[in-house]
Amino acid sequence: MENNQSLDPRVNRLQLSISGDPVVVRDGENWNVFEVFHQEKRGAHHEHVGCVHAPNAQLALVFAKEQFGRRKKCVNLWVVRSADILAFNTEDEDMFANNLEKTYRDASGFKVMEKINRYKKSGKE
Amino acid sequence: MSHAINNLLTAMADDALIQGHRNSEWTGLGPVMEEDIAFSSMAQDKIGHAWALYRILQEDLGGSDPDHFAFLRNEKDYRCCHLAEQPNGEYDFSLLRHFLFDHAEAVRYGRLEQSTFAPLQPLARKLKGEIKYHLLHANAWVSQLCRAGDESYARMQAALNRCFPLALGLFEPQEGEEELMAAGVYPGEKALQAEWLDRIYNILSPAGLNLPGVEAVTPAYGGRRGYHTEYLQPLLDEMGAVFRTDPEAIW
Repeated sequence: MENNQSLDPRVNRLQLSISGDPVVVRDGENWNVFEVFHQEKRGAHHEHVGCVHAPNAQLALVFAKEQFGRRKKCVNLWVVRSADILAFNTEDEDMFANNLEKTYRDASGFKVMEKINRYKKSGKE
Repeated sequence: MSHAINNLLTAMADDALIQGHRNSEWTGLGPVMEEDIAFSSMAQDKIGHAWALYRILQEDLGGSDPDHFAFLRNEKDYRCCHLAEQPNGEYDFSLLRHFLFDHAEAVRYGRLEQSTFAPLQPLARKLKGEIKYHLLHANAWVSQLCRAGDESYARMQAALNRCFPLALGLFEPQEGEEELMAAGVYPGEKALQAEWLDRIYNILSPAGLNLPGVEAVTPAYGGRRGYHTEYLQPLLDEMGAVFRTDPEAIW
């Protein structure tokens, strides 16, 4: 057994085997990545702003508060373990390839502004 | 009366300034980047608390300019406790100190929300949210590190044993304290200490740490009367070095 040469304490703490046996990472031994979502005001969407490393969700939230909640307005944050997010594989991007041709699906095709403006105007009168 | 308030506010402000400066020494050296940022940010908060109190001393009690007062006094005129003066050592010590210090702040400012000395009320309310975060951070780390294996647990217990007598110095009797208690400025150090002991016990006990008995240790008193450890003077030299190059400069 020898420690690996990484400068990252999360990595070099791991006891890596030269024989190539799979590494068993115990809970808390290596930190997880958590995605952070920021809410600017009550009722607004939580928007993805970045990620933090943390040993558990509670400390992820503690870190996220100073990382992403200390400058602009913030009323709440979410954290979620990156590994818990299900995503498509990059090679499946072709599923979306023809989207640009299907303009009939664009909501922008509906001409409603005239109606809305007329309604607003009638309210003022 | 104003002499006694002066003592109280100077002690609180000096604790916050010196502790804030010590914690800021971790900036760039924290165990991981996220913690480095969080700890540095809280160090800034503490220096902000000190500044707010120096401002009250200046505006309501005829004190001098906050920067001059913070950086140009002689060592024996500081009123900070010995806990805050200690060098950072290892992270276990710094974290435990931060835990004990911030719970003491929470208790003190909690009571000052009802202080009859008017300027303290809005300040106590203003700092409430910041201190709440400091406690969330400190409690999360203490609980986490006490469950992180034998070495980690042993280090936390050793740090607690070392910090505890020093932390009792946060509640060293203040000169003129009885006068302030009678006037409803604050409930006195003894009452604050009792409340603090309850609070920290409720976190430390579930984490499996043994809180030493108050009677079993000698509190590190002296700071409130200007008697300091050997560590304060070098800290003051460094902290004020830039300021002293030109005390009248505008930053």
